[in-house]
Amino acid sequence: MRLELRDLTKTYGATVAVERLSFVLDAGRIGCLLGPSGSGKTTVLRAIAGFERSDAGEILAGGERLSGPGIWVPPERRRIGMVFQDYALFPHLDALANVAFGLRDVDRAARRRRATELLELVGLADHAGKLPHELSGGQQQRVALARALAPRPRLVLLDEPFSNLDAEVRMELAQQVRAALRAEGATALLVTHDQREAFAIADEIGVLRAGRLEQWDAPWTLYHSPATRFVADFVGEGSFIQGTVLGPGRVATELGIIEGQLTLDQPAGTLVDLLLRPDDVIHDDASALQAEVVERVFRGAQFQYKLRLPSGTTALSFVPSHHDHAIGERIGIRLDAQHLVGFPRG
Amino acid sequence: MTSSQRLGPALAAIAVALPMIAVIIAVVQGASGADPELWSHLREHVLGRVALNTVILVLGVVAIAMALGTSLAWLTAACDFPGRSFFSWALLLPMAMPAYVLAFVAVAALDYAGAVPMALRGWFGDGLWLPPIRSTAGVIGVLALAGYPYVYLMARGAFLTHGARALEAAQSLGLGPWQGLFRVAVPLARPWLAGGAALVAMETLADFGAVSIFNYDTFTTAIYQAWFALFSIETALGLALLLLLFVAAALAIERAARGRARYSAADSGARTALRVGLSGARGWAATGYASLVFALGFALPALALARWAWKVAPIDLDARYVDYALRTVGLAGMAAFACLTLALVLGYATRQSAGRITQAAARVATLGYAVPGAVLAVGVVTVLGATDQGFRALAGGEGLWLQGTVFALLLGYVARFLAVAHGPVQGGFARIRPSLEEAARGLGLGARELLARLHLPLLGAGIGTAVLLVFVDVMKEMPITLMTRPFGWDTLAVRVFEMTAEGDWERAALPSLAIVIAGLLPVALLTRRMERAARAA
Repeated sequence: MRLELRDLTKTYGATVAVERLSFVLDAGRIGCLLGPSGSGKTTVLRAIAGFERSDAGEILAGGERLSGPGIWVPPERRRIGMVFQDYALFPHLDALANVAFGLRDVDRAARRRRATELLELVGLADHAGKLPHELSGGQQQRVALARALAPRPRLVLLDEPFSNLDAEVRMELAQQVRAALRAEGATALLVTHDQREAFAIADEIGVLRAGRLEQWDAPWTLYHSPATRFVADFVGEGSFIQGTVLGPGRVATELGIIEGQLTLDQPAGTLVDLLLRPDDVIHDDASALQAEVVERVFRGAQFQYKLRLPSGTTALSFVPSHHDHAIGERIGIRLDAQHLVGFPRG
Repeated sequence: MTSSQRLGPALAAIAVALPMIAVIIAVVQGASGADPELWSHLREHVLGRVALNTVILVLGVVAIAMALGTSLAWLTAACDFPGRSFFSWALLLPMAMPAYVLAFVAVAALDYAGAVPMALRGWFGDGLWLPPIRSTAGVIGVLALAGYPYVYLMARGAFLTHGARALEAAQSLGLGPWQGLFRVAVPLARPWLAGGAALVAMETLADFGAVSIFNYDTFTTAIYQAWFALFSIETALGLALLLLLFVAAALAIERAARGRARYSAADSGARTALRVGLSGARGWAATGYASLVFALGFALPALALARWAWKVAPIDLDARYVDYALRTVGLAGMAAFACLTLALVLGYATRQSAGRITQAAARVATLGYAVPGAVLAVGVVTVLGATDQGFRALAGGEGLWLQGTVFALLLGYVARFLAVAHGPVQGGFARIRPSLEEAARGLGLGARELLARLHLPLLGAGIGTAVLLVFVDVMKEMPITLMTRPFGWDTLAVRVFEMTAEGDWERAALPSLAIVIAGLLPVALLTRRMERAARAA
């Protein structure tokens, strides 16, 4: 069901945790709040679930006002499922009973059927009789998801769902979670500080910084057209070089004149910081432009080089790993940017 | 959270603390309002002797209990000798033996006409001198045997969980195992040793039954006599206040002895280091020492009780015993239920709000473990006397409304034993992560369902422990029952008091045996938990 936040605000004493936050997540979509720790993303999630009271603003689910001036629906009546960071499985109940816990007002057979159906959906039908401590972290996580989905909630919230898991299982599990949410047609909102998780699972991502929403967009747009410097920095890797706008889609830099689609419509003559993603900077031995290798990180198929440009600013570049260059070496580069993102300097 | 949400838990906590607050106010007010002449009389005739007696008793008992408890804990935790694994739990069994039972068994067996001196004189002739059991040394010995398991339990826990790592570190720095004991293990265990010593001191200050069997006057017996022989509740209240000051002093000393040390909880990865093998004569010496303590503290008294009980059972075991047993079980059951209910309210309240008022109320509500039963008894009677006066003013008549009813008795039990139920319940609540509650609420559970489907099932073990501990403590309880019971409400413990007061040792054995057998249950629980912890380590 559609989730809408209008000017949500939450303060703790003198600190503002969330400030006038507004966004809309349409029914059946998977949204993600992405931000560093302390950006207020978990506070938002707990306010939607009803575990925190907001100071101002409104929360609406499927048109019903859950919280707003003079209105506060307690968590047990919100019909919002939640998957906790520590999973919070009930230690005295087996996997099946955990999933069936929130199924009330239906007879035993129906409860069992629905709980079994969900365990099958998350691939744990064989583990129905196991107690939480007999399951691996990833399995507990999927039981927690099945438990949250079982009562067919209006919305499922996931709090840092993969943070307690090994890096190897994270991406795989993210795909399974996405598939399960899709199969149930659920609307879901997760919070994470890891952009790879966000990219793997979400249809739309909101980037939070110090309680404010910097941008709400599809992952691709977020990466290639960040609205603010913070989003550009936080989502993906990149560096900035100085430039002067010459006209629509043309910027003069120390690396020559770069042409592409300029996202920001700056008038000619504006001084800008131009965002360079590592894949915009191409290693080319034939190029006359030279840059000095100052750092290198071997990443298997490629090297990530940090290069010092003639002006002293640095830029990142992904280079196929057969181009093995030592620190201090000077290598030829050229730019191949299609999406130009510039922020006015000052 | 809004202030109204915090108010509820704070009020609930204060309500639970009310009995204790009322009792303390009654004692302090009653004592300070007493006649100055009374005070000067007390100072001249009672105070010097009683206070000196009490100080000597506490110091002697604590010193011997510390020596026994620490040395036995070290032997079973860090050394190996024949029978070690048996003694590691068997040395806790004296906990099942109330001090007053141990006391009358000792007097009966070791007094001039007792079985042991008779036998010895038979072998060595009538001129043989034996130290008298009815002496300061005798009562100290008995209370130390009853109290050392507290020290043993705490010290052993500390040695097992923290000692191993620190000892290995000491050994790697070149210290032998015995140097390790005095330079590492004992200093390391200081907070726990201080805690064990404080428990022994509390029990000794609170003891009524054992000292009255030895006719050794302390504050508790003085309170009883002031009330039931002199019929002066003011004198009793004055003595109660003084006893409370002694308790406060003992607690203050414990805090100081613990020092600033706040050692972290045991890291569960700590493994017991290799035990020091005691071979040959040294090993058998250890076995002999442990056997002696076990025999004096549990095995011999239990055998004596069984023999006497067997002897008197045919004539003594009649319908009255069913009455005693039913009354005892009924009272213990009611008290356990009341303590559990209040402990649940308190646990829930402190979980809902960690405010300063709630915390303070919880601390006051659980003061009872430190307040001697004799003090609580005079406090309860004074409080209920005042409320009865209020009732009479409202309703007229002469009747006693609450004084001398079962309610008075239960009020005393709750004040004394709420702390006993509070511990396990609080521990159970602490193990329920807040996210579990949130998960259940997110799945649509309201407050009542939350209690029924989440809290109670998860508290299960803690609730069982709380009920068992309170039940057995009430069965053993003597001074509160003796001083506040309604007419005819004699429990097994009261029967023991009456029979020992008449020197009829054999007829005191039957009710004592029932109390000891019930007392074995919590000890079994304790040893099982200890073994599980040892296996987990």
